[in-house]
Amino acid sequence: MSQFVRFTIDGTECMSTRGQYLVDAARDNGVYIPTLCNFPGVKPKGGCRICTVRVNGKLMTACTTPVAEGMSIENEIKDINELRKSIIELLFIEGNHFCPACEKSGNCELQALAYRFRMLVPRYPYQFPVRRVDASHPRIIKEQNRCILCKRCIRAITDETGRSIFAYRRRSARVEVVVDPKLGKQLTEELAQKAMDVCPVGSIIVKEKGFHVPIGERKYDTTPIGSDIENMQITKI
Amino acid sequence: MKTGVRKILEKYGKDKTRLMDILIDVQSEFGFIPREITVQIADDLGMSEVDVDQTISFYHFFSQKPTGKYHIFLNNSAVANMMGRKEVADTFTRELGIKFDEVTSDGLVGLFETSCIGMNDQEPAAIINNHIFTRLTPFRAKEIVRDIKEGKSIEDMFVADYGDGENRSDLIKSVVSNNIRKIGPILERNYKSGQAIEKITQMTPEQVIDEVKKSNMRGRGGAGFPTGLKWEFCRNTKGEKKYIFCNADEGEPGTFKDRVILTERPRLLFEGMVIAGYAVGATEGILYIRHEYKYLQAYLESILEKARESNYLGKNIQGKKGFNFDIRIQFGAGAYVCGEESALIESAEGKRGEPRDRPPFPVEKGYLDMPTVVNNVETLCSVVKVVLNGGDWYKSFGTTESTGTKLLSISGDCKFPGVYEVVWGFSINDILDMVGAHAEDVQAVQVGGPSGAIIAANEFNRILGYEDLATGGSLIIIGKNRDILTNIVLNFTEFFIEESCGSCSTCRIIPTLLHNKLVKILNARGVKQDIDDMIEWGRILKASRCGLGQTAANPILSSIKNFRQLYEEKIQKNKVFDSGFDLSAAVKESCKVTGRVPNI
Repeated sequence: MSQFVRFTIDGTECMSTRGQYLVDAARDNGVYIPTLCNFPGVKPKGGCRICTVRVNGKLMTACTTPVAEGMSIENEIKDINELRKSIIELLFIEGNHFCPACEKSGNCELQALAYRFRMLVPRYPYQFPVRRVDASHPRIIKEQNRCILCKRCIRAITDETGRSIFAYRRRSARVEVVVDPKLGKQLTEELAQKAMDVCPVGSIIVKEKGFHVPIGERKYDTTPIGSDIENMQITKI
Repeated sequence: MKTGVRKILEKYGKDKTRLMDILIDVQSEFGFIPREITVQIADDLGMSEVDVDQTISFYHFFSQKPTGKYHIFLNNSAVANMMGRKEVADTFTRELGIKFDEVTSDGLVGLFETSCIGMNDQEPAAIINNHIFTRLTPFRAKEIVRDIKEGKSIEDMFVADYGDGENRSDLIKSVVSNNIRKIGPILERNYKSGQAIEKITQMTPEQVIDEVKKSNMRGRGGAGFPTGLKWEFCRNTKGEKKYIFCNADEGEPGTFKDRVILTERPRLLFEGMVIAGYAVGATEGILYIRHEYKYLQAYLESILEKARESNYLGKNIQGKKGFNFDIRIQFGAGAYVCGEESALIESAEGKRGEPRDRPPFPVEKGYLDMPTVVNNVETLCSVVKVVLNGGDWYKSFGTTESTGTKLLSISGDCKFPGVYEVVWGFSINDILDMVGAHAEDVQAVQVGGPSGAIIAANEFNRILGYEDLATGGSLIIIGKNRDILTNIVLNFTEFFIEESCGSCSTCRIIPTLLHNKLVKILNARGVKQDIDDMIEWGRILKASRCGLGQTAANPILSSIKNFRQLYEEKIQKNKVFDSGFDLSAAVKESCKVTGRVPNI
């Protein structure tokens, strides 16, 4: 079996290494598939559904589906983009997101996606849930109002023996990401920073530090999310 | 207290993949799972507290606070409501002086709601300390409360005779009735267990698979994947160990056929699992049963024990060298989504029942990452008959696309609710005749449970089968006097909200929005736009990971499609647009504080 596979994205011929996930295969071909719950180096869990593409006519998440020979992938098409925009709006109305007051503004992937998809006002009714702020841990604040339940912290941050520091609690719309009472207290400065960086929104905030990079100079302040991939110079294999 | 926990942990070899069993035992010993025990389990298993807590808090029957010496879980399914649940619920709350989700101050009784418990043919029903109480009336509720206050044992609280068949046996002693109304080739009485196992010892695994493939049998759980093909995939996948799972987590409201098979034909089911094990080269079978059927545990364990004694399970089965297979029972703890095969595997590994992303499919990477076949109870039973009588025999029943027979769980407004084994190809009209319901008295039939479709009289000529109306087997008959939107659609939508695992954004958020729209329409505040919104928003769910999420809007979408007039009757006729903003509600709180009357 050849190491490479050929496939198409929106009709364009692409090539990549066998077994790569679609988001990565697309990126290597200069195509941006928006993601949110996905994080490089962390086992994917198609949770947010934003990377949904149509593969051979079927809706699949690009972060969890390995590329295969001859796949026909639909990405930048109207109904798929409409679906993604809907999901972004849903995540906004599900929590309480007040961008101007958030330390993550400008570095926030949810905010950046909303800009990219030109969201103005969500079409869905705000739920205004009553959520708590958990500031009981010495190094971090877990701001539940902003949590989008993407599980990135759960999957990326564990202690040295593999025990979870962050975990889901309950199910359905009542689900929340909580911090282990004991391990949360022992969180190192390094791991606390990693947790904040892994969080796509402002739900994990390192204490006693803020606005280190001023607003205006942040990651998505000047260029839209995904543009790094789209402007990449591709060397065709 | 702590030594009890240690014993439980040791019983399961301090294996964290057996966390479900550990928690079930703790819950049953202590009545709930106190925090200090959670911490102890975590420490002993090398997990963090939140690791254990995420599993506990996922399942309905695990509780982190005391549930009372007697805990009453009253079913809240749509059919329970049709059969008079409200009066029973009211009696319980009045007699006990507590609301649902509360425990009496003396810690004696806890009262809780629970999703369909698989007793739709004898509702209203409740589970009290793992025992089933069926056909409840306000009078019975009063008696039960009185007996509880007198400190009677559960067994002494049964006033009715035990149910029929094995329900009367010493190891079950339950008041549940089988309600088998029609017997076909799968349920037939003359079955002698073990014959099929003896037969396959003379066959190669490939021959067994070929026979099943020849039968064109499709999985009976609802998705309809060809069984022989699934087995072949698993057989061809390399793995140091392979597993056969039987999915007995039937949680689709309105389904109860597996309950009857587990009660009356468990040997047939176990034989099917052994055959599947032989065919794919698996050595271990796991029967995953929903917690609601825990009353069958001792009985099923005893049958497994007998099968081991007669070497239908164990090593070198029936003298065939290297034919090793054994079965263990895994109970769930109350989660509909665990009926999804990958969620079921996650649950059996001691985790939250969250469906996995596919690929890889369980046949490649399933339980403990090993190749795993997950088959429905009915599928495995049917396989035994295919082995005994041949694929061609099986094909002689049913239609080209849908071969064999199907067990239907029929409930609702009909004279004879129960389990019927019919050949595929029956029309809804045939079924209504069969169950003693007059078509003219029937407003609608819910086919395939909440995730299926609600159809109106103009479609009663449709045929059950994969080519027309596919179904996992649940049919709910809804009479003329029922309020479909309130009795059925609202109930099902609430069910989907409660049962979502919460990990997909779509399935976590949308059903609540749809629910709120529906309530708005039911409160006569809806406008036409609300109907259109529901259709539009419901479509987004198609992007969810599993069948639960993808079908969570079906109660609303299929009722709008087939009963749109019910919605239109309720919306405001002279209003096209509604901002969704209610000014008087918005200022209500501040008006109350300031003592002003809203000037709107």
